Amino acid sequence: MQGFAANLVLGAEGGLLIGDMIVQLVFFLGLLALLGKFAWGPLMKMMKDREDYVANEINTAEKSREEAHRMQREASDELKATRQDAQKIIEDARKTAGEQERDILDSARAEAERLKESARQEIEQEKEKAVQALKDQVAGMSVMIASKVIEKELSEKDQEALINQYINEAGEKR
Amino acid sequence: MNSLNHEAPIYEDAFGIGWLDFNLSNVLMMFVASLIVFILGVAATRNMKRYPKGFQNFMEWLIDFIKGIIGSNMDWRTGRLFLPLGLTLFAYIFVANMLGVVTNGVVGHTLWWKSPTADPGITLTLATLVVVLSHYYGVKLRGGKEYAKGFVRPLPFLLPFKIIEEFSNTLTLGLRLYGNIYAGEILLSLLVGLATTGFGGFIGAAVPMVAWMGFSTFIGFIQAFIFVMLTMVYMSHKVSEDH
Repeated sequence: MQGFAANLVLGAEGGLLIGDMIVQLVFFLGLLALLGKFAWGPLMKMMKDREDYVANEINTAEKSREEAHRMQREASDELKATRQDAQKIIEDARKTAGEQERDILDSARAEAERLKESARQEIEQEKEKAVQALKDQVAGMSVMIASKVIEKELSEKDQEALINQYINEAGEKR
Repeated sequence: MNSLNHEAPIYEDAFGIGWLDFNLSNVLMMFVASLIVFILGVAATRNMKRYPKGFQNFMEWLIDFIKGIIGSNMDWRTGRLFLPLGLTLFAYIFVANMLGVVTNGVVGHTLWWKSPTADPGITLTLATLVVVLSHYYGVKLRGGKEYAKGFVRPLPFLLPFKIIEEFSNTLTLGLRLYGNIYAGEILLSLLVGLATTGFGGFIGAAVPMVAWMGFSTFIGFIQAFIFVMLTMVYMSHKVSEDH
């Protein structure tokens, strides 16, 4: 027996065969199930994975960018602070150096003053000593000269007069 | 030729059941088409990489293509459900259409190798499956009450038309595909018949044959696309809230 629509025009080749229909149904549903399991499922999962991956990567990149930005800002702040520190240190050093210079100059000046003073004192002392020595010598020489003069030039007559004078003086005082 | 003097390998009264007849050519071609689709599908999805290459790219394009069809009919949250159906329908119908374009195989006087979609029974089966599925999902996704209300919307007197529409949808969906592919095959076999009449016939047939094969390829693609498109249209009528 042919299919029920065998005589229809569109069934010119055998019409609507129930068997074909059942086979088609079974094949198609089977294909649907198998492809769903072995092809579309994994493929769609992969596409979903990629979507997630890309979204994730974008998020991470965004975060890294922000992080980098933040770090850059920190670094530049740090750099600025360091520069200021260095400036301060240099300034301090300059100031200290200036003070030291002044100190050294002062102390050198004081030392020089002191040296000058002590030299002057020494000179004074030496001078005094020399004057003293001169005085002593002059005195000695005076005595010597005096004694020599007295020895040589005191004549008899003068001696007499002198003696008389001493005697007179001595008598008057008593 | 297949419409003229070639016969279909019909196997009648299978298992002693009176109404159970098979067209063995159809069975063979359905099997071949299913096998090709299955092998292509599985081959394309082995060694999948996160960075797609070659065949995987093509399959992903196909998925996006079907996604686009579904997306133009319903919102993606519901439509996601029908993606495997759309993909399988498209791949199967396209491959089935192509089988008949590449060649028609005749053994003796029996037509063995042709498009399975050049048979009304097969296309109507697919169409019926689609329409039945649309009713099933209509009930499943929106509930029996909403589903039933869909028949009297927007006006109650449309009920008979709505019911007729379901059958006409099925018929047009199936017969459109069948008609296009069958017509293509008839013309191809006529051209083959012309080509075998002699040298002059061969020369005369060669150019239109190439042209017609190209056109049939185009038709095969378009019909697969239309079938899936209409499937999704009918689905969205049943499952979308605003219809």
